[in-house]
Amino acid sequence: MSLEFLIASAIAVLTAGGVYLALRGRTFQVVLGLTLLSYAVNLFLFAVGRLIVDRPPLYAKDVVAHADPLPQALALTAIVITFGMTALVVILSLRSFLETGSDQVDGVVDAPSDQLRDEPAP
Amino acid sequence: MTALDHLVIAPIVIPAIAAPLALLVMRRRRRVGVAISLAGCMAMLVAALALFGIAQDDAIRVYALGGWVAPYGIVLVHDRLSAMMLVLAAALAMIVMVHAIITAVDRKGWHFHPMFHFQLLGLNGAFLTGDLFNLFVFFEVLLIASYGLMLHGQGAARLKAGVGYVIVNIVGSALFLIALGLLYGLTGTLNMADLARRVAALGAADQGLVRMAGLLLLTVFALKAAVAPLHLWLPRTYAATTPVVAALFAIMTKVGVYAMLRTVPLIFNDGAGAAAWVPDPWLMPAAVLTATIGFLGVLGARAMREQAAFALLGSTGTLLLAISCWTQATTAAGLFYLVHSTLAGAALFLVADVTLRRRGQYGDAVVASPRFAEQQATALLFLGATVATVGLPPLSGFVGKLFVLQTVATTAAWPLIWATVLGTTLFGVIGFARSGSAVFWKDAPEGDAVVCPDRSRAELIAPCALLAALALLTLGAGWATAQAQATAAQLFAPQRYLSAVLEEGR
Repeated sequence: MSLEFLIASAIAVLTAGGVYLALRGRTFQVVLGLTLLSYAVNLFLFAVGRLIVDRPPLYAKDVVAHADPLPQALALTAIVITFGMTALVVILSLRSFLETGSDQVDGVVDAPSDQLRDEPAP
Repeated sequence: MTALDHLVIAPIVIPAIAAPLALLVMRRRRRVGVAISLAGCMAMLVAALALFGIAQDDAIRVYALGGWVAPYGIVLVHDRLSAMMLVLAAALAMIVMVHAIITAVDRKGWHFHPMFHFQLLGLNGAFLTGDLFNLFVFFEVLLIASYGLMLHGQGAARLKAGVGYVIVNIVGSALFLIALGLLYGLTGTLNMADLARRVAALGAADQGLVRMAGLLLLTVFALKAAVAPLHLWLPRTYAATTPVVAALFAIMTKVGVYAMLRTVPLIFNDGAGAAAWVPDPWLMPAAVLTATIGFLGVLGARAMREQAAFALLGSTGTLLLAISCWTQATTAAGLFYLVHSTLAGAALFLVADVTLRRRGQYGDAVVASPRFAEQQATALLFLGATVATVGLPPLSGFVGKLFVLQTVATTAAWPLIWATVLGTTLFGVIGFARSGSAVFWKDAPEGDAVVCPDRSRAELIAPCALLAALALLTLGAGWATAQAQATAAQLFAPQRYLSAVLEEGR
């Protein structure tokens, strides 16, 4: 099995899982979905400079063949940004849950039976 | 390089200095912080006007950051379009900032002023950059700031809408990165000028991928511009946030339109093979849908802020109708309408704000209420803003729509565009007549009296300023049209952009 197939299927599985979770109704699952999606994007960005093994990304006079350094820089920027965004969306959904009493993305209050708080015993 | 050459970076540097300074000073000396923030806005407006003046000679100027020449380094490109957008953003920011200070909205949280400047930093950067990845970064800057601004003042409704807004934009950013990755994988560059050259030189095997990359990229821009069916986030968000912030956000949808205008004639033009005019089959029907949904929303809105949000959506749709023809003449009409619709949308939000601040418990709901303070003045402002928005004479909306109708008459799709523009205008007129007569005309003497603290008359300054700007745009329509035409001519001569960035820049 080639390296390309491995990376491509990893990206595919991550994207599929990410899209599925991002379309769910509860914020926790959506946050997980967004995280998976950003992993997929980062892997993809990392791979756009072609998959090259055992070559330095830096220029030196005695090095004849390099790996492309730019996708690594792009992936780094993307990682930093998506990390910050994920932190923000976690805090935001927590605040939203605490203020509205519902962790649904659209803010519709849950039916009493599946609310996350402890119901008093009958 | 002379000092004047460095002016190009001023719209990015000024907010980058003003924001942290305001943040540092704000806790100790509030007034000093506000003064810094105002001075920053003023400086930005002056810089933008100077850049606009410089751009009048039709040259495309390139500023290589750190002296690294394109396509290796990141460049800022200063041409007519970017200068026009800078002036629009700075003028709008100035007015919105003054209104926020007068109505004391900026005191509902500590970070209004810093976030406002970071928002402007992102906007100005997006307008100036000549690099697609840099565009992504500036998009993120303006989005992160907009999350903070959107939630400013807090409250459950705002948080609810905020979660959706943030999630939608994070997914949008992921799509943006995938499009960028595809383009980089195909061409090995992200500099817009270099990309244009290399997309044109791609072999037959890559045509499918480049078309996909182009469509993904344009999908992201359409999401930012709230083009139907990607518009669902906008009315919820803009109706839930503070009207002052929503007024500033009137330019946010235009960033998406700007990005389309920047990339399509440059990169996806006739030479791009399978990716030539890549949004073409989709954008026109989407624009028709956007304009219709927007003005139908105006017809059905239950609150003035919601109505303003839908009107903004509708006017973006009208703007995209002109742009989606992708000819030089229609783009010129679109550019004129872009300026108009930004100012008119912001005016609607500010009028909703001053009304809502005077109606106490009735807020901005479209229901009859007993008389409230300064009812006549706010009613007149509402009349002005709505006349401008729907495009009735005498304000610039009429001139803008006429210009759009006239220029699209030579294209094949003109019956559809004419029907949409004229039909949505009718919806808009009826919708605003309904809400205006309910809020300002009808009297409900049996209702509870309006309980509301006295508001200063100074609050009416900012909406008046916006209406004055619209009036100026109408009076100077000849000049503004000439400007828009020159800008469109520059956009549709991508060869000049390429040679400016890739040859003269070194």
